[in-house]
Amino acid sequence: MSKHIETHFAVTQLHARYASAVDANDWDAWVDCFIDDCVYRIQPRENFERGFPLATLSFESKGMLRDRAYGIKETLFHDPYYQRHIVGAPLIQSVTDECIKCEANYVVIRTKLSELSTVYNAGRYIDEIVHTEAGLKLKSRQCIYDSEMIPNSIIYPI
Amino acid sequence: MVQTFDVRLCNETHGDYAMNAIETAAAVKLSAKESSLNWYENGTSRIPFQVYTDAQLHQRELEAFFYKSHWCYIGLEAEIPNVGDFKRTAVGERSVVMSRDADGKVNVFENVCAHRGMQFCRERHGNRKEFVCPYHQWSYTLKGDLQGVPFRRGVKQDGKVNGGMPADFKTEDNGLNKLRVATRGGVVFATFDHAMESFEDFVGETVLAYFDRMFDGRTLKILGYNRQRIPGNWKLMQENIKDPYHPGLLHTWFVTFGLWRADNKSELKMDKHFRHAAMISTRGNAQAANEVSKVSSFKETMKLHDARFLDIVPEAWWNGPTAVMTTLFPSVILQQQVNSVSTRHIQPRGNGEFDFVWTHFGYEDDTPEMTERRLRQSNLFGPAGFVSADDGEVIELSQKGFEQKPSHRALAELGGRDVGDTDHMVTETLIRGMYAYWRKVMNE
Repeated sequence: MSKHIETHFAVTQLHARYASAVDANDWDAWVDCFIDDCVYRIQPRENFERGFPLATLSFESKGMLRDRAYGIKETLFHDPYYQRHIVGAPLIQSVTDECIKCEANYVVIRTKLSELSTVYNAGRYIDEIVHTEAGLKLKSRQCIYDSEMIPNSIIYPI
Repeated sequence: MVQTFDVRLCNETHGDYAMNAIETAAAVKLSAKESSLNWYENGTSRIPFQVYTDAQLHQRELEAFFYKSHWCYIGLEAEIPNVGDFKRTAVGERSVVMSRDADGKVNVFENVCAHRGMQFCRERHGNRKEFVCPYHQWSYTLKGDLQGVPFRRGVKQDGKVNGGMPADFKTEDNGLNKLRVATRGGVVFATFDHAMESFEDFVGETVLAYFDRMFDGRTLKILGYNRQRIPGNWKLMQENIKDPYHPGLLHTWFVTFGLWRADNKSELKMDKHFRHAAMISTRGNAQAANEVSKVSSFKETMKLHDARFLDIVPEAWWNGPTAVMTTLFPSVILQQQVNSVSTRHIQPRGNGEFDFVWTHFGYEDDTPEMTERRLRQSNLFGPAGFVSADDGEVIELSQKGFEQKPSHRALAELGGRDVGDTDHMVTETLIRGMYAYWRKVMNE
């Protein structure tokens, strides 16, 4: 039992660290939540369930995540906004020596300057998490979102 | 980030098109007397903000452009490959359903029950033998014909027939509102206007050539959808893709990583009404596939951490150009940006907002590597794309500017005040052309 609690606690901490990074606009910390050979996808639930491969963003390496971080910082014009992630309790589906598979619901609230806070994106994370010397890291994170319409654009990672 | 354009291109004249421009200017002037809007020098180089903010003008636009005299985008045949497959979508602000009937034909009908007007089709896609409105179980064939009306002949009770529809009720008079359908190269268009010209005449020879280049008869393979709601007037998206001024300036990612270069060969072409257009460009070094995949950056120091975003492999069907962006007025944009191809469907929601639906696809003969490549490059486009997320942002903020000052106007004078095809990108001529057409049709 204590091992389960330990795993649960460690996963929750990774989720919290991730949320803290993306809510603080700390894109280097976001990149650091992943191992080098990683997958990060933001995909509409429609595509996911119908077996269409297209994602809103689909990255296959830490390099691609770094390129996104650069894009956010240097090239993508956007109206400034805060985002706030509320992540539900992880549902741990399998634990092996190599990999923890789990899911967690999330809601992202967006607040534009001088505006009210609104629900921006709602969905679930489907994660594969691995042990590294620096603690747990994401090997794969898929953000499968219910939100049928993206309120204009997605700039920051979910 | 500012780049230098090749100014020699700007100075070339275009005799063929000068005539067109003059004709249109004259046509606009004729109808402009009644315009309630203030057009600078009675042209279209300055666009009154009111065309984006006025709710009544918007209603008239829906009637004039989306519900009459125009073929509107519905979808791709590959979305409904089998008998009974359907997809719900929209023409302007009206919900419609596209279905494939038993003969394999594509039908489009309005999503409004002939009985009590309920929007009966709620699923966005699926497969059906028939369509049934849940309210009173009126049922329709895959062609939209009424086939069943419960209690049509009444209900027998104690030897007496109670109720029933009047004797002169005919199912054939009470089908769904059917649209006229045109398919070409696997793309489906429809119109409420049964009297209008053919799809081919509507698009016109010049732009049709670019349509056929992308939809050359190969079966398409759907890769998936992206949907975004943009708080801006729908025309701004047409204008965005008729505006080659902004890509090198707003989309600095393009420039930073060498996709947009001053030495790109470019052309802008329109149909004879100036409503549709193609922006055609060819990268300077497109011939050398190896060089292209090792994109040398514009800023020499900037390199992608993962160059697979720009693993560009030229395809035979491009026939030269590396990017062709086609605007079919009013409802759709056809995108070929290197290996990424998509349709972008404009669905207005009042004057200040529209839904923008991206359908990315590939071709039946794509290798798995090509499919992967198209998907990787799709990271550049869509609501989060490296070079298109910011289009939605600037449209939203433009609309905000219009709303606060509706009596003002926007300028579209780069490259002059007239309208005509060009062999360079340093012009807003396509926007002026679109409004020349808009003024004629709207009589404004």
